[in-house]
Amino acid sequence: MLPQVDPMLPTLYQIEKVTKETEDTFTLALNPAQTDGLPPFQPGQFNMLYIYGVGEVPISISGDPAIPRTLVHTTRAVGTVTRAMKQLKKDQQIGIRGPYGSHWPVTEAIGDDIVLVAGGIGLAPLRPALYQVLAMRERFGKVVLLYGTRTPEDILFKKELENWRKRFDLEVYVTVDRATGNWYGNVGVVPSLIPKAPFDPHQTTAMICGPEVMMRFTVHALQNRGMATQNIYVSMERNMKCAIGLCGHCQLGPTFICKDGPVYRFDVIERLFDKREL
Amino acid sequence: MEDLKKYIAEHPFFENMIPEYLDTIVGCASNVRFNAGDFLFREGQTANQFFLIRHGKVTLEIYVPSRGPFIIETAEAGDVLGWSWLFPPYRWHFDARVQELTRAIAMDATCLREKKEADPALGYNLMQRFARVMEQRLQATRLQLADVYGNPVAHSR
Ligand SMILES: Cc1cc2nc3c(=O)[nH]c(=O)nc-3n(C[C@H](O)[C@H](O)[C@H](O)COP(=O)(O)OP(=O)(O)OC[C@H]3O[C@@H](n4cnc5c(N)ncnc54)[C@H](O)[C@@H]3O)c2cc1C
Ligand code: FES
Repeated sequence: MLPQVDPMLPTLYQIEKVTKETEDTFTLALNPAQTDGLPPFQPGQFNMLYIYGVGEVPISISGDPAIPRTLVHTTRAVGTVTRAMKQLKKDQQIGIRGPYGSHWPVTEAIGDDIVLVAGGIGLAPLRPALYQVLAMRERFGKVVLLYGTRTPEDILFKKELENWRKRFDLEVYVTVDRATGNWYGNVGVVPSLIPKAPFDPHQTTAMICGPEVMMRFTVHALQNRGMATQNIYVSMERNMKCAIGLCGHCQLGPTFICKDGPVYRFDVIERLFDKREL
Repeated sequence: MEDLKKYIAEHPFFENMIPEYLDTIVGCASNVRFNAGDFLFREGQTANQFFLIRHGKVTLEIYVPSRGPFIIETAEAGDVLGWSWLFPPYRWHFDARVQELTRAIAMDATCLREKKEADPALGYNLMQRFARVMEQRLQATRLQLADVYGNPVAHSR
């Protein structure tokens, strides 16, 4: 009989690179310290990141699924663990377990137009989906990325966004909620980009990630364009502990976000959407 | 004139406008062009026009002393700009600054006010179109106010 592996046991990873994205957000690229590392991941899945002596947090994978050995995580420092994580330097080690949860339906959407709508840090969990779409670009119709942040200073992955913008096969629209006179981009909320975005609402898969209020307004705007809720996917967040469907911490109605989510088809959770912690 | 009528009919703001109304309002319309740095209007000036943007980008700004211009919103092709001409005292509340070469159709407010007074059905149709735009802007402003991307920690305090 094979020895049982404790699913709660993290695998040791070493930080290869730390990138400062904005004042409070940073990206870690990590490689396995000794072993082969964790199994490959799907876009939209998350890992549990364990900082020794501090605690463990769920963070989505923001890297390229075609390069599964290197795990990339983009994190906003908001509290105890994420702030401690922000202090980490190259070559330091953390524990990681995963990948967990459901994923963005990229392969299921082949043949469709793709609309990715990201708000704030929500671009990080959507980035692997975009990598996957671009890796087989010819198999989709129009591909549109709509991205909203609070201010121009909060925009993530700036260089990469610039490169995406230069492509002829990808429409990228960035908007900020507020700006001063030296900003030459769009000002307005991200759902207001939807009426003019170039996609066929009857042949589109939409994937949305951001604060719940932003996702709700975005779903309304997509519905106003004529999209059916079965073609809209959202990523949900709740506090987590075990991440393997045992403790019930992440319950959303009859579902557990760590197992059945974080990515849900909107019509499946419509009833529970935007309810206060259930 | 025919060109103008075509542009107006094709602009999303006047989507499905009946030809009879288009014939009436085209008399109030003119083609305008602005260069980067120009102002379509400035806060406090008389609001005697509104604009259907056909191409380019315009920012709606409020000038905050010691901080400079603060951008509230941007308008691009397909957007309509300005509703202060609808209500007395007909004054602009913001600056509308052109960011890049912008082509628009300017609708003369005095002319339109006369036409809508003369034909209440046309007036109602116009008001409905503006009310929809106002409702969308109000929703967007509420979402902006909610500051959904703000720091959760700062918010919980
Ligand atoms: C499936 C999943 C994927 C996630 N992916 C990412 C990611 O890619 N990048 C990222 O930066 N974060 C992500 N998060 C959120 C991240 O897990 C939390 O920010 C983190 O757990 C906070 O831990 P902390 O110890 O730093 O903060 P704590 O000390 O636990 O909390 C500090 C403050 O942050 C608030 N807070 C805690 N969790 C969240 C949350 N989920 N959303 C908003 N506010 C919160 C608390 O209410 C409190 O006010 C994800 C969460 C889930 C469930
Ligand atoms: S975190 Fe324990 S059940 Fe989901």
